[in-house]
Amino acid sequence: MNTSLQIVVCGSIVPDPLQTLEPVTSSGGPALKNEMMLPAVLDPWAAHALYEAAHLALAQPGSKVWLVSMGPKAKLQQVMMTVAQKVPFELVALDGSASGFTDSFATAAALAGAIEAIPGLDKSRLLLFGGWESASRGAGSTIQMTAERLGITEQFQGVDRIAVREDGSFEVLERIEGGRHQVSVCTAPPAALGWATGFLPEPRNNPQVGMANMKTVMPALQRAKAATAADAGLRFVSVSLPKQQRETRIEKNMAPEEIAREIVAWIRE
Amino acid sequence: MESILLLAHTEADGALAKPALEALTAALELGGELTVGLVGGSVEPAANLVAAAGARRILAVTGEPFTQPRYATDAAAAEAIARAAGAAIVLAPATARWARALPGVAYRLGGRIDTHATGLAERDGVPAVNRWFYRQRMEAVLTRTARPWLVLLDAGCFAPWSGAVSGAAQVEFVAVEAPQSRTNVTGVQAPKADEQTIRPDAKLLFVAGAGWTKKQPDGAVHVEEAQQLILGMLRGAQASLGGSKSLVDLSGEGQAVLPFMTHLNQVGQTGSTPRHPKGLSTCCHGEEPHVVGWRFVTERRAVNLDPNCGWSRGKADVVYVADAFAVVRELNRLLG
Repeated sequence: MNTSLQIVVCGSIVPDPLQTLEPVTSSGGPALKNEMMLPAVLDPWAAHALYEAAHLALAQPGSKVWLVSMGPKAKLQQVMMTVAQKVPFELVALDGSASGFTDSFATAAALAGAIEAIPGLDKSRLLLFGGWESASRGAGSTIQMTAERLGITEQFQGVDRIAVREDGSFEVLERIEGGRHQVSVCTAPPAALGWATGFLPEPRNNPQVGMANMKTVMPALQRAKAATAADAGLRFVSVSLPKQQRETRIEKNMAPEEIAREIVAWIRE
Repeated sequence: MESILLLAHTEADGALAKPALEALTAALELGGELTVGLVGGSVEPAANLVAAAGARRILAVTGEPFTQPRYATDAAAAEAIARAAGAAIVLAPATARWARALPGVAYRLGGRIDTHATGLAERDGVPAVNRWFYRQRMEAVLTRTARPWLVLLDAGCFAPWSGAVSGAAQVEFVAVEAPQSRTNVTGVQAPKADEQTIRPDAKLLFVAGAGWTKKQPDGAVHVEEAQQLILGMLRGAQASLGGSKSLVDLSGEGQAVLPFMTHLNQVGQTGSTPRHPKGLSTCCHGEEPHVVGWRFVTERRAVNLDPNCGWSRGKADVVYVADAFAVVRELNRLLG
């Protein structure tokens, strides 16, 4: 049975996690200080989704992977220079905000529109991938609303594994409470999967893959349409950094026995 | 205050789990006329409880198809209840089941949704939600004009409701034709009881960093001993295990390291943000991407050989500069 898939991965860019972030107020609402100057990376959960998509496509001959990404065009280009070396995909770019303060409802509308416009996309073979969280908004709601707009009603969140069977059905492991996984079987696509971390390591850079990808990445960036993700009904009352500095007591000369006794007393308080 | 719908799914016995009871407290504190919507195989115990708590109206969707935590059926049930209730504000606990289904329901209702809410209160006559952005690195208070406004409340932010239950509640059953779904939930994979390392209700979070797998003062790696010490600590303190990304990644790369440590244990920027009253970090440098996952750990202590590690710079209450192997060995002796 032909089990080739069309996998669309939604994923945006986020500030490098090692950067210090500070909120500021702009004319359009809250933003990050020097946002355009901050080094960016592909969102970690979206990256996991992309690697899983590529892995799945490799196992299912005839499959294809698209990466649909919304962000400032210049930042997308920077990030794609690295991401493109990881796995084969075709980029669909949207020139818009990648801020965490944008709304997931509006973002989903923009993403769904871009996916609908992919030439030749066969929705009966479609798997919509994305992160179940993000390192910016962290809403965990964009993929579901994008899927609803595309008419996809088989959805999974916190996915760590997908295994496609010979008959075209697939088994999905989703994270649930208490460090457990819920196991489900879906008989066929289309379906939407919000990925947790999965079990695959990050692929090594492959210059050949990078060169092949860049043939489509640069034209995709050039024809990226402007997209907005604003929601006039959303108002931020305040955005602030937590007051997190603690007065740390540093104990350099305590014996292990003494430390253990103090920790046990603290645990039992 | 606007009308409120609290959506909750019941457990196998028809009762409400702790996150739903916490959301019930949040709904009652917000004020406004409260309708409770229940989804599950049976709902009577939960209905009696919410009636005692003060719910004006109780709606329910029951039946075999709605026992499975599955997007298609959960979304259909929640949508039907929300339409029947017509409430402006829809609250729900951020369980895996609702987190999967309710964003899609928000779209169907033409509403908006905010997830991971850690606070909810009236501000200038309208509800305002607290939530964190950029992985707990900044906190925002926000409000919306769109209705219905769905809000998923994170666990551990409100006290669970408790009170006396008296008498049988009047329940309005909402008829929903279960949608044709291609998905069947076949089971749950859980670690064996003695291998359980993630305990969300534990008082102590015990974090193991990559240092456990590095060369020790004798020049050798002691992974076997590290395993025994860490597992012994988890048993003795009934603690929940967390890991840093570097340690978890080692496991994912197939190296022979702590076999019980998976990405599910990962705490931090790309991992979880668990809620525990206390946290003890060992062999972990306390770098910012990891420490953002400790946002909701109230009291923090660390054991590290480096006195200048991140924990020493205002991120922990106490840092013990010591060999974690020796300290945990002694801890296990005392806790055993």
